[in-house]
Amino acid sequence: MVDYKGGNIGIFVSTPGSNSPQIRQQKGAAMPFGNTHNQLKLKFSSADEYPDLSKHNNHMAKVLTPDMYERLRSKQTPSGFTLDDVIQTGVDNPGHPFIMTVGCVAGDEETYDVFSELLDPIIEDRHGGYKPTDKHKTDIEASNLKGGDDLDSNYVLSSRVRTGRSIRGFCLPPHCSRGERRAVETLSIEALASLSGDLNGKYYALKNMTDAEQQQLIDDHFLFDKPVSPLLLASGMARDWPDARGIWHNDNKTFLVWVNEEDHLRVISMQKGGNMKEVFNRFCTGLTKIESLFKERGHAFMWNEHLGYVLTCPSNLGTGLRAGVHVKLPNMSKHAKFEEVLKRLRLQKRGTGGVDTAAVGGVFDISNADRLGFSEVELVQMVVDGIKLLVEMEKRLEKGESVEDLIPAQK
Amino acid sequence: MPFGNTHNNYKLNYKVEEEFPDLRKHNNHMAKVLTKEIYGKLRDKQTPSGYTLDDVIQTGIDNPGHPFIMTVGCVAGDEESYEVFKDLLDPVISDRHGGYKPTDKHRTDLNFENLKGGDDLDPNYVLSSRVRTGRSIKGFTLPPHNSRGERRAIEKLSIEALNSLDGEFKGKYYPLKSMTDAEQEQLINDHFLFDKPVSPLLTCAGMARDWPDARGIWHNENKTFLVWVNEEDHLRVISMQLGGNMREVFRRFCVGLKRIEEIFKQHNRGFMWNEHLGYILTCPSNLGTGLRGGVHVKLPKLSTHAKFEEILTRLRLQKRGTGGVDTASVGGVFDISNADRLGSSEVEQVQLVVDGVKLMVEMEKKLEKGEAIDSMIPAQK
Repeated sequence: MVDYKGGNIGIFVSTPGSNSPQIRQQKGAAMPFGNTHNQLKLKFSSADEYPDLSKHNNHMAKVLTPDMYERLRSKQTPSGFTLDDVIQTGVDNPGHPFIMTVGCVAGDEETYDVFSELLDPIIEDRHGGYKPTDKHKTDIEASNLKGGDDLDSNYVLSSRVRTGRSIRGFCLPPHCSRGERRAVETLSIEALASLSGDLNGKYYALKNMTDAEQQQLIDDHFLFDKPVSPLLLASGMARDWPDARGIWHNDNKTFLVWVNEEDHLRVISMQKGGNMKEVFNRFCTGLTKIESLFKERGHAFMWNEHLGYVLTCPSNLGTGLRAGVHVKLPNMSKHAKFEEVLKRLRLQKRGTGGVDTAAVGGVFDISNADRLGFSEVELVQMVVDGIKLLVEMEKRLEKGESVEDLIPAQK
Repeated sequence: MPFGNTHNNYKLNYKVEEEFPDLRKHNNHMAKVLTKEIYGKLRDKQTPSGYTLDDVIQTGIDNPGHPFIMTVGCVAGDEESYEVFKDLLDPVISDRHGGYKPTDKHRTDLNFENLKGGDDLDPNYVLSSRVRTGRSIKGFTLPPHNSRGERRAIEKLSIEALNSLDGEFKGKYYPLKSMTDAEQEQLINDHFLFDKPVSPLLTCAGMARDWPDARGIWHNENKTFLVWVNEEDHLRVISMQLGGNMREVFRRFCVGLKRIEEIFKQHNRGFMWNEHLGYILTCPSNLGTGLRGGVHVKLPKLSTHAKFEEILTRLRLQKRGTGGVDTASVGGVFDISNADRLGSSEVEQVQLVVDGVKLMVEMEKKLEKGEAIDSMIPAQK
């Protein structure tokens, strides 16, 4: 672990997000900026400004009391992000059928400090009791992972690891201006252009993409489109689309970086089949290289020893890592104890279309549920071990056998 | 201003070229007008409530263009937006409102008796008649910018004012957030219910924030006069009925609107208005009268005539689909309304609709009989 104050960057791994091309629907809301407006709002009583959360079910709504609102509403971060900016997405999106949403975002690194009274309890609730005094572990030494190269490809269709990174000194996607976003893009293109060997690749700016390039990226399942999820739109992340957004990937199409989507950078390593070890190796190597390239150019990633890597959504703090597989579990997924088994393995399921989609045809996206309070190696280990077990259980059920003796203890 | 606008000041660390939006694929009024020079000149400004240039233009950046209409691409966050950002908004207004100059004065005339005719549009063709306008309550910021506290205050004032109405205007308020299923069903059947905006033109300007808090619909018992609270404007006032008696619709409109205005004045609340821009509303396209007087009319033959668009232009009318501003027409039925808002009065605009629709229905009847309409084509009004 290295001292972030000195500008050194800790080494960490990341898991790719599970976004795939989405329908062209447009819904959304943008943010008014400016604290003159925040001052104007102070003329209304706190009770008059406090949002109606009576029908809401997200982490923010569970934590934000009228008293807390009153204490925090006059504050702002150095770049001018306010409490109402933090919570707008949670006010506009009362709840989600598949997942307990966070309902708030950070606009810059300082958000987590200025609004710690709101965000600490949310972080605690979301990250399994993580306390304001806890310290986070980083470990992206790929050789520390045991096994992971032998997940059965008859069941495990693909493996993927992603994380996000924020470049210190810039505001985050809900809040950044066009100038900032473009600066993030320019820096990223420069750094990525220096990668070589297995990581030699090319950047595709969303706004200049040819039809042919676009089609290829869709076919490769690489292309990310303008967000349609109201969770993202309501926080202002789609402003100025597609300005300064783009996709970089290596020639082998196994390592890619999204620039300026939900975070400054999303770093993704992926391939078909069940060799998670190889995916993780490439992930660690690539991420380490990118980090040193940014460092050479005088830019650190946002990181501190309490929250680990700082990202837009509080759910992605810590490692920001989501390691997962697309796996066929038609029998296991119908088992009465499926949810319980996942919980004990510290895993979560999603549909194969991304965070707010449903599963199709018995194929699930299964990944680590934790982000903060565990290291990267620990999280990927849980996925590797857990998937191996789930596939065994699936095979048992196929043969009509019981899985009772395989049900794990809580990890 | 005693207050700083921190984020806007922060952006000033970047050069104009770095912050200037990429409008090369854009086709809206804002994109036609906004140069780097204007951007450079206006970007460090803010209105007293903190609305900035980037706030004004965000919707136009996020929505490059619309297939059916030339969109405005900018909104006001408060009354002062039109003053602080006049270097951008005056040319947009001029382009949108037929050459209206910064020195021009706008006329208001809500005396329904000044309307000639309008009670005899043929109901076999004219299915329904409607007049709407918007009003903004002075002292509050507008829907793209207002806070929950402001929006709720507007709702409260509005409910108070509307509950004082009596006679043909006696009615009830239905807040969106506490509507019962039965009420909702009824309001949908009456074609009264407005829903959370889905048009990105509106949502990208921030108008849907905190939905459905402090939004609601008020209507009279007869279901011919209704008021939307806190949708795209503070108030939208609507008079409507089936058939072609636009005169009656306009009478009720003028009388009701004046009553509402009086009640607000009694509470020391004016509407945003000035002698240059008339009534101030969120979208620059609705300045002046903010009035759209229109009918749903069956014109299956005329609408396929080669000169249909030309006729509409000369009559100073515009067509829309029957689903609203950004929809297509269905089955030969069109929503035809006045194209102008600013630079002519309410009476003048409704007169144009009444006269123009009367003419077009005559043309439709001629075409039905296989006769030519060339002799009827009007001069430019």
